[in-house]
Amino acid sequence: MSQSRNDLQDRRFGATFRTDSWWTEVLPVIIVFGGFGIYATWRAFQGVSYEFGPYLSPFYSPLIDAEHHWLPAWLSPALLILGAPLGFRTTCYYYRKAYYRAFFLSPPSCAVTGVGAGKYSGERKFPFILQNLHRYFLYLAILFIIILAYDAVKAFFFADGFGVGVGSLVMTVNVVLLSCYTFSCHSLRHIIGGKLDCFSCEVAGGARHKAWKGVSILNERHMLFAWASLVSVGLTDLYIKLLCEGTITDLRLF
Amino acid sequence: MAEATLRVYRGDKDGGGHVDYKVPVAPGMVVLDALHYIQGHQAPDLAVRWNCKAAKCGSCSGEVNGRPKLMCKTRMDDLPLDQPITVNPLKTFPIIKDLVTDVSLNYRINKKIPAFTPRENTDWRMQQDDIDRVQEFRKCIECFLCQNVCHVLRDHQKTEEFGGPRFFVRVAGLDMHPLDSVSRTELLKDELGIGFCNITKCCTEVCPEDIHITDNAIIPLKERVVDDYYDPIMWVIRKLTGKK
Repeated sequence: MSQSRNDLQDRRFGATFRTDSWWTEVLPVIIVFGGFGIYATWRAFQGVSYEFGPYLSPFYSPLIDAEHHWLPAWLSPALLILGAPLGFRTTCYYYRKAYYRAFFLSPPSCAVTGVGAGKYSGERKFPFILQNLHRYFLYLAILFIIILAYDAVKAFFFADGFGVGVGSLVMTVNVVLLSCYTFSCHSLRHIIGGKLDCFSCEVAGGARHKAWKGVSILNERHMLFAWASLVSVGLTDLYIKLLCEGTITDLRLF
Repeated sequence: MAEATLRVYRGDKDGGGHVDYKVPVAPGMVVLDALHYIQGHQAPDLAVRWNCKAAKCGSCSGEVNGRPKLMCKTRMDDLPLDQPITVNPLKTFPIIKDLVTDVSLNYRINKKIPAFTPRENTDWRMQQDDIDRVQEFRKCIECFLCQNVCHVLRDHQKTEEFGGPRFFVRVAGLDMHPLDSVSRTELLKDELGIGFCNITKCCTEVCPEDIHITDNAIIPLKERVVDDYYDPIMWVIRKLTGKK
């Protein structure tokens, strides 16, 4: 006999019999998500280096009162709009898993005791009960996809006419990845057809079943799209920032 | 022949501890085979629940090196044999003896769920498109690994307020059935406490039947609860149309 019964029922933080490096699962989330959060906050408050030729940073699109006619000089235009994509990602079902594990340690990993034993209320109380508003952020996110798609098309029209620069491709890839992330959303999957119990009994049920199946295929890769689009938004902004500051030059392909 | 050390929990509700057993490892051997070897050669009083040895009855759930697993599906050659392999009973449920736990909590939760209730004069023919979703949920073998790993039950012990993943799968199978006539969203919100679930997906990770518990059952049910209780536009639509 090497251990007592109490060890088996240990509910202190970090208690586990797992022998693998479970903590390595949360490290990439802390680094990438945390790093993006710091970078995005800094860039949003900066209020400069967001527009170069036909390229507009996704952090600043749609661009509202860039000349500061009514917007106070200290207030960056990005701060007016970033609430919508931030809210969409914060309430996203995938990111919830990621940050509850990595930042709230609730639990840090499967079969590893988390924090807050005895005080846990999940998503039943404020502020986490607001996660239930995810579908409203989805509606806003779809609006942003339309705006960013317009920006991506505009990125092919330079002062001397139509052309393709590296920035045009960067912005196009970014909006494609963001679209994949947005249209693989669990709430969209529910709204578009998942809420029905009987597809064949409803008006346009066949079309809704096909739409639901399509979103379900995308939804299986929701995590992949979540990370890919997060990285692409950050890199698109960084590319335009570096162009604005003259650190790099935009290569025109034709 | 290679040899493994199994560090098996021995005890009952009053206490216990781990005992090391040396077991010869045969090709294709699973952890349940090793436990049977211990029963046959070293400790005939070792209690372990098992039945089919084919990952279909859901009886031999345990924790191997701290990970919730079906012991009949966990191969010895997938485990590091250079160190003792810890075999524990399910942590969430009270121990009866050794590796056998009292899972009757699950049957009490199950009784809260209204059974399948078809509409009057039901036409029993169904379209495959309508039944696809529900068939996934019927794969559940009730091994209760998902109940065991769920931190709401395991760490926070919300056994009276929270149903747990297995029963969200059951409710999903009933609520999404094209012929069922009962809404279970009030039950989900109040009695089964679906709001306690914070989507950390451990239930999906441990499911031996590969049921997408979180994506296909819990999240769609959460969305149905949002429809009925948290979405102001849906509330207005219900008021205007008089539909429930």
